[in-house]
Amino acid sequence: MSLHSFGQEAKTALEESREIVADLMGAKPNEVIFTSSATESNNLALKGVAFANRKKGNHIIISSIEHSCIMESAKWLEKQGFEITRLNVDKYGLVDPEDVKKAIKKETILVSIIHANNEIGTIEPIEEIGKICKEKGVYFHTDAAQTFGKIPINVNKMNIDLMTVSAHKMYGPKGVAALFVREGVKIEPILHGGGHEMGLRSSTVNVAGIVGFAEACKICKKEMEKESKRLTKLRDKLIKGVLEKISGSHLNGHPQKRLPNNANFWFEGVEGESIVIQLDLLGIAASTGSACSSEKLEPSHVLLAIGLKPEQAHGSLRLSLGRWTKERDIDYVLKVLPKVIDKLRKISPIK
Amino acid sequence: MPIYSKTIIEHFKRPRNAGKIKNASGIGEAGNILCGDIMRLYLKIKKNKKGEDYIKDIKFETLGCIVAIANTSLLTTIVKGKTIKEALKIKKEDLIKKLGQPLPPFKIHCSVLALDALKEAIYDYYQREKIKIPEDLEKEHQRIVKTKEEIEKKYKEFRDLEREVLE
Repeated sequence: MSLHSFGQEAKTALEESREIVADLMGAKPNEVIFTSSATESNNLALKGVAFANRKKGNHIIISSIEHSCIMESAKWLEKQGFEITRLNVDKYGLVDPEDVKKAIKKETILVSIIHANNEIGTIEPIEEIGKICKEKGVYFHTDAAQTFGKIPINVNKMNIDLMTVSAHKMYGPKGVAALFVREGVKIEPILHGGGHEMGLRSSTVNVAGIVGFAEACKICKKEMEKESKRLTKLRDKLIKGVLEKISGSHLNGHPQKRLPNNANFWFEGVEGESIVIQLDLLGIAASTGSACSSEKLEPSHVLLAIGLKPEQAHGSLRLSLGRWTKERDIDYVLKVLPKVIDKLRKISPIK
Repeated sequence: MPIYSKTIIEHFKRPRNAGKIKNASGIGEAGNILCGDIMRLYLKIKKNKKGEDYIKDIKFETLGCIVAIANTSLLTTIVKGKTIKEALKIKKEDLIKKLGQPLPPFKIHCSVLALDALKEAIYDYYQREKIKIPEDLEKEHQRIVKTKEEIEKKYKEFRDLEREVLE
């Protein structure tokens, strides 16, 4: 940061923002490292911890339903000689803390489990997993991009050593995120240069984006409790309505342990991308884990991990709720979605 | 630019010739259980004034993505009324051109499936009528069957792996 008054002003804005972001997770300001994306934070957490603790061991544990930036970072680390354990999940997408305990060995340096999955919304037993890691003396990282600002998080209570959070997932600007790094955690930077962000992330700091991130944190802190209750009610209405009104429909993920803003289904005999485009034509924005929508032409690894067969994942649909979703929007979806599914089933050869 | 052209959206919103034909002259199926798209084409074949076989009616059923549905619909509108010989000359490039704008590369295979189903339906008709199958069509049929087997094998391997993981 520059010494002149303009530079000082920017520095002040940056540090005030850091305090606000830290406050929402119960961390100290100097434990928050600003980055450009959750992908970058996750890369820094995995690669940074892996290379800084190589002397201690080479074993890392993740779940089989991590976001692709964790999956791919782990795969890359595997090529560099690290050993990766990918824990299975149950049919709801839950990681069993006992499995974490069993998988930890002498060489284990890091456990990274997603807080809530972005596709199916399942919230993992992070506090318990964190406790196990603490007892075993292994670093624990969680990707909280989907939960930060939506449900309460306290890094101390939940025994978290590193945590990824992202601004745009909580109505902040795109292009800004952060990594919480507990004081004393051994980690190496992946970007080397001028030593910004306590030497962990050299790059000119995105001050405007970070100020926006802090503002988003302030709003979420104020509204989180009320908003999550409101969304949970709407979500449950949506889930109940879809399962009742559409035969051959199934819920993906856990019925209760799930993000307030996430509903995910699969429908027999239809394809997800077709549902998404039909809904788009009706003014509803949704997404799917169907192979058709992926460039690899493979179904979502998360849906396969919870035991869906490829043809079942093929008919999946994710509906996300947000700050501007009203009850009448849910009613509208419940009115048109059954018709869309019916229309697509009519032209399907599989009845 | 939107991902899909107006033509694709139009055919997707109002698919032409969707349904089945009772007592069809030939039925063809093509599909890919891994990506999941399955399509079935029904043909009603009659003789025209010149005594050539032509497609009097055609219907389709598709379980698949927007491109798969739009493309099969489009294909039915093109081949309806054409002789079998003319229908067999249609290439995937012709279809892609008619769809208006370049497809994302990973979507091209969806447009091949409809043509495969058409070839299989004609093959089925030839077999039923004990008509000698042209060499080209026989080759295409072998290719389609082989692809299906390969995909099913891959799928089976996947299921075996899945079982292993679960047990």
